[in-house]
Amino acid sequence: MALVRLRGPLKKLAGDRSDHRIEGGSVCELLRELERAHPAMGGWILDERGLVRRHIAVFVNGDCVREDAPVSPEDRIDVLPAISGG
Amino acid sequence: MTELLVGTKKGLFVLEGEPGAEFDVKARAFAGEPVEYAMRDPRTGRLLASVTSAFYGPKIWYTDDPSGEWEQAGGVALPEGGGEALERIWTIVDGDGEGDGDGDGDRTLYAGGDPGVLFESRDHGATWELNAALWEHPTRPSWQPGGGGLCLHSIVPWPGDPDRLAMGISAVGVWLTEDGGETWHQGNEGLVARYLPEESREEPTALCVHRLQRAPRRPERMFMQFHGGVYRSDDAGETWTDIGAGLPSDFGFPLVVDPADPDSAYVIPLAADMDRVTPEGRVRVYETRDAGESWTERGGGLPQEDAYLTVLRHGLDRRGEGPDLELYFGTTTGEVFGSGDAGESWFGATSHLPPVYSVRAR
Repeated sequence: MALVRLRGPLKKLAGDRSDHRIEGGSVCELLRELERAHPAMGGWILDERGLVRRHIAVFVNGDCVREDAPVSPEDRIDVLPAISGG
Repeated sequence: MTELLVGTKKGLFVLEGEPGAEFDVKARAFAGEPVEYAMRDPRTGRLLASVTSAFYGPKIWYTDDPSGEWEQAGGVALPEGGGEALERIWTIVDGDGEGDGDGDGDRTLYAGGDPGVLFESRDHGATWELNAALWEHPTRPSWQPGGGGLCLHSIVPWPGDPDRLAMGISAVGVWLTEDGGETWHQGNEGLVARYLPEESREEPTALCVHRLQRAPRRPERMFMQFHGGVYRSDDAGETWTDIGAGLPSDFGFPLVVDPADPDSAYVIPLAADMDRVTPEGRVRVYETRDAGESWTERGGGLPQEDAYLTVLRHGLDRRGEGPDLELYFGTTTGEVFGSGDAGESWFGATSHLPPVYSVRAR
């Protein structure tokens, strides 16, 4: 199973745990599974269209990707707020 | 004691004070986050706030203690798997008409957002449901957003009759229901979109309403600040008459009424759509007491020299009525001004906040 790592408010919403082992073939599948396990996360990373929110960054093994990126069981996925604001 | 809920670019500020003196910051919530709107439901005392995190999207939060923990409301989203996402919640309104009812009326809360959507809550704001009739309206594919998005920003209940509701959507005009939101029709006759070519002005879904209010003691009367034009309706929003003559500019955003006087309205003109600051460097509120036949300048105590301020659509609110009417407005430069005498004189309530998005007075 892939390892999904969360920070800040996302970690808090996911049972105050940063590391989550999840099964899925793509970033979107992993994040939807994460939402199913932790309903309070619904809408925080993926919007209603199933797209990663504009200012959320998702990395697979250090590469910044979008929701349709494929994921293997040995991959590490980091989800964090993008560096943006004003 | 007057309470001001001030939504800003960097959080919600709860101010308290008496008219005529500086207000104190009693609480701050959602530090660093844009708080577009916050209100206290007069029927329950509960506070509700719309917050659009740049990272995590729009949410509604509620609490019974602004200094304590806030709970995220459920159901504030569009149907999953469609082609659209909720962008922002612009307003939250109690079904009694922003406290104008007697408190024994409808218990519904309404929230309006972008893309032109209405949510309803019947459990004091804990959970919300999308109004399907508006979401599935057959004209929706032709709806065009205004500069701020496709925003449903004004929700105007009819005191004592929960089936009747009026709404303003930018830029899709006025929407009316008489069956509790089962069906909707537009009420735009008389509005003139001067920003469109003449041959396009008949288009019913390109009407940029900026703010809508109802006179609660004569609910068929409504006032509107339009994108160029101030209007009055005497038939519950079906038809509109331009009443902007006599103002230094008929462009602006906020509008309030004195609930005690169906002939009253207050607006804060801005110079023009391409120059959204107070005209001539002077900050003035304009008041009518004859349903728009004439306007009186109310600027005593407000900056009158080199003052180029901007007040957004939810930046003006009132408390009380008649001779006790209080008025408050916030600016995008972080000032909040108030009046304890229906606009006759003004004072600075606070001056160093982040850009003010909304002000609600209780």
